[in-house]
Amino acid sequence: MDWLSDPVMLARIQFAITALFHFIFVPTSIGVGLVTAVMATKSYRSGDPEDEAATRFWVRLYTVTFAVGVATGITMEFQFGTNWADYSRFVADIFGAPLAAEALFAFFLESVFIGILIFGRNRVSRRMYMVSAWLAWGGSALSALWIIIANSWMQTPAGFEIVSGPDGSKAQITDFFAAALNPSTLPRYFHVIVATLIMGALVCVAVGAYYLLRNRSEKLARGFVRVGVIMGVVSLVLMMPAAHWQASTVAKTQPSKLAAMEGQYEEGPAALSLFGWVDEANEQTYALSIPGGTSWLADGDPSVSYPGLNDFDPTERPDLVNVTYQSYHLMVALYGVLILVVALGALVLRGAFANKKWPLVILSLGWAAALLAIEVGWLVTEFGRLPWIVFGVMRIEDAVSLAVPAGQVLATIVLFLAVYCLIFVCWVRLLRRTLAEGPEAFAAGGSEDAKVEAFAPSYFGETGDAAADAAATKGGASA
Amino acid sequence: MSPLAFIWFLLIGVLISGYFILDGFDLGAGVLYPVLAKSEADRAVIRRSIGPVWDGNEVWVLTAGGALFAAFGPAYATSFSGFYLAIMLVLFGLIIRAVALEFRAHDAAWGKLYDVLFVLGSFLPALLYGVAIGNVVGGVNLDAHGDFAGSFFDLLNPFALLCGVLGFVHMLVQGAGWIALKAPAGTDLARRARALRGKLAVAEIAVFALTSVVLFVAVVPGGAVEIRALAVVFAIVFLAASIGALKAPSDLLAQVLASVGCVGLVGVAASTLFPNLITATDPAYSITIAGAAGSDMTLAIMLGIACIGVPLVLVYHVIAYRIFRGRLKKEDLTY
Repeated sequence: MDWLSDPVMLARIQFAITALFHFIFVPTSIGVGLVTAVMATKSYRSGDPEDEAATRFWVRLYTVTFAVGVATGITMEFQFGTNWADYSRFVADIFGAPLAAEALFAFFLESVFIGILIFGRNRVSRRMYMVSAWLAWGGSALSALWIIIANSWMQTPAGFEIVSGPDGSKAQITDFFAAALNPSTLPRYFHVIVATLIMGALVCVAVGAYYLLRNRSEKLARGFVRVGVIMGVVSLVLMMPAAHWQASTVAKTQPSKLAAMEGQYEEGPAALSLFGWVDEANEQTYALSIPGGTSWLADGDPSVSYPGLNDFDPTERPDLVNVTYQSYHLMVALYGVLILVVALGALVLRGAFANKKWPLVILSLGWAAALLAIEVGWLVTEFGRLPWIVFGVMRIEDAVSLAVPAGQVLATIVLFLAVYCLIFVCWVRLLRRTLAEGPEAFAAGGSEDAKVEAFAPSYFGETGDAAADAAATKGGASA
Repeated sequence: MSPLAFIWFLLIGVLISGYFILDGFDLGAGVLYPVLAKSEADRAVIRRSIGPVWDGNEVWVLTAGGALFAAFGPAYATSFSGFYLAIMLVLFGLIIRAVALEFRAHDAAWGKLYDVLFVLGSFLPALLYGVAIGNVVGGVNLDAHGDFAGSFFDLLNPFALLCGVLGFVHMLVQGAGWIALKAPAGTDLARRARALRGKLAVAEIAVFALTSVVLFVAVVPGGAVEIRALAVVFAIVFLAASIGALKAPSDLLAQVLASVGCVGLVGVAASTLFPNLITATDPAYSITIAGAAGSDMTLAIMLGIACIGVPLVLVYHVIAYRIFRGRLKKEDLTY
């Protein structure tokens, strides 16, 4: 159990846990944010009370997920300084600016309009409410851009030089636009945003299917499935150029990552495997594969040669080859699964499988495939970058905080696990309650509106006082 | 130090003041939640008074953190890694409080749990921010690499704790003031909050006097005369605002004056710190503005980003605070 006392390994584990957990909520809330904006627009146009209830319902699903994303996101910004102090010292001149810009340009925008979505329905015009939904979503899509700029710079650093000073060497900016729009920023952003939209689409389909399974709110539920299927078709089609762009960028800029993704040890045309197993000890990959397939996808020519892992210095190539390989192939396989789920959704909408339950069960679970694809996709990008923290420039073990003892990192890992488990349970519980209550709870005079009646009307009068209030308040037992 | 580095020292002071002014009241309201609320309706009113704005308020600390990272990377690295456990406690506080505040209204059955998380999550940051500032001003044990070389308990020294109490009480004053300002007119909650605000403000002036004596006599040994004079000016600003708030004829004016008090406190800290960012017990290892500043190109780019971003942020805040202006009404409790 050496890793228990290894500060570098513990810091990595902590980052992995907090990033993967955060990354459950962010793509979900960006995707569901678009669904919410679509619902808000629909109800603004129709003025139909049922659409309005649906909008309030989606605002609830969106905002409770968004809240967990915000809460777990603070960790990510602080963590560079707490756990990766030497990384922070080395890259501050480049890496800090996108984080500050993300807060200024995106987080403020999101927070204000999310506030209006949650609390402002009675305080703003219907038009303003609809616009707020779009601005909140726009803010979250913009925040993704800034954080992807920061991450992409770690993958394909550009626009900087290394300068040596009295306190050691550090990266110093030479060209802001070259650093921000480094070779992998735009392909990665395209890939990630489309992935969030797929996630939103599958959540929308799943919510609709949930009610169709229970024969509730049939008209609304079919509407949810329809919105989800349309979003799903568009985003799954967009994923093809996005994935292609991303993969060919990796091939050009991070050949050691590409070699790990395909488990290729020797130089030659890169195969495209469907599934397989990397025997890391014997440096062999057993796979069902199309020879030259990856070369053909990346270059249009199956004979283009790519370096294998053995062409890199053993200390400068990814070490988690099989994990990277399996994550990558799982992500691609899940893409296939998602196409089938969305196709099934389209068939259900056209009336196929009437009175059959299993298609609806599958539709109500499709989101899990999208979420898993997002998480393993992230593993590919990060494990494939190893052993570098800044690709080709700084190694992971040189990046950690020397001031923080391993015991403190371990203690906070335990705390993170405890707090995150608690949050996860609360979140699932709240989503299940919201789903069980359904859009009808949000209709005028529904159970959501009844909440305010629990408070004594006298409370809000000029003469209200604590005694009358306590006497008349149902929930005032503790007064 | 370059002019750009000096400008960024000032701007980070502005960002921290902005954070203190805004998140200060919602953290304070969170700590006072179990003290001031006597009924479920009171609790709902307090939560709702900060509900639409807390998130935007909190973004100020993310902006300040990002700006510190970009403009003075070594100071960001040293403080966040050096105050590791304290920062983590702040972080856990902010996490559980955000979730509790958003979930509480929709899950009454688990209301007790969310209330505990909300109060604990407000308490930790409200107390620890001041402790951190106290350490940065009072001096911490740094090594030649710029890393913190002391232990967690070194951070809990008397001066730092005194600063922690000062910051904490100021946030309570702001929190009580905010509740007094937002509670429905004529309610007992508004009256209780107003009365508590006054008592806390008196207590705070006493804590401030004690902290100032320690600061000027024992902690800050030298420094240029102009700088010490500036610290005194900020101290006077704080005192004038606090005494003015005690006599303020309206809750709004009292809240504005408490906000001015935040500027006074941050000003005292910033001017006694100057030209350091983090004072080390061995002055040779102090992290200075000049030594920690990023390249002029980065500082200039950041200034450009700030010139576009900060006006936008102010517009967003005006929108939010205008939409949710005034005392709460019955229909505000359904959403």
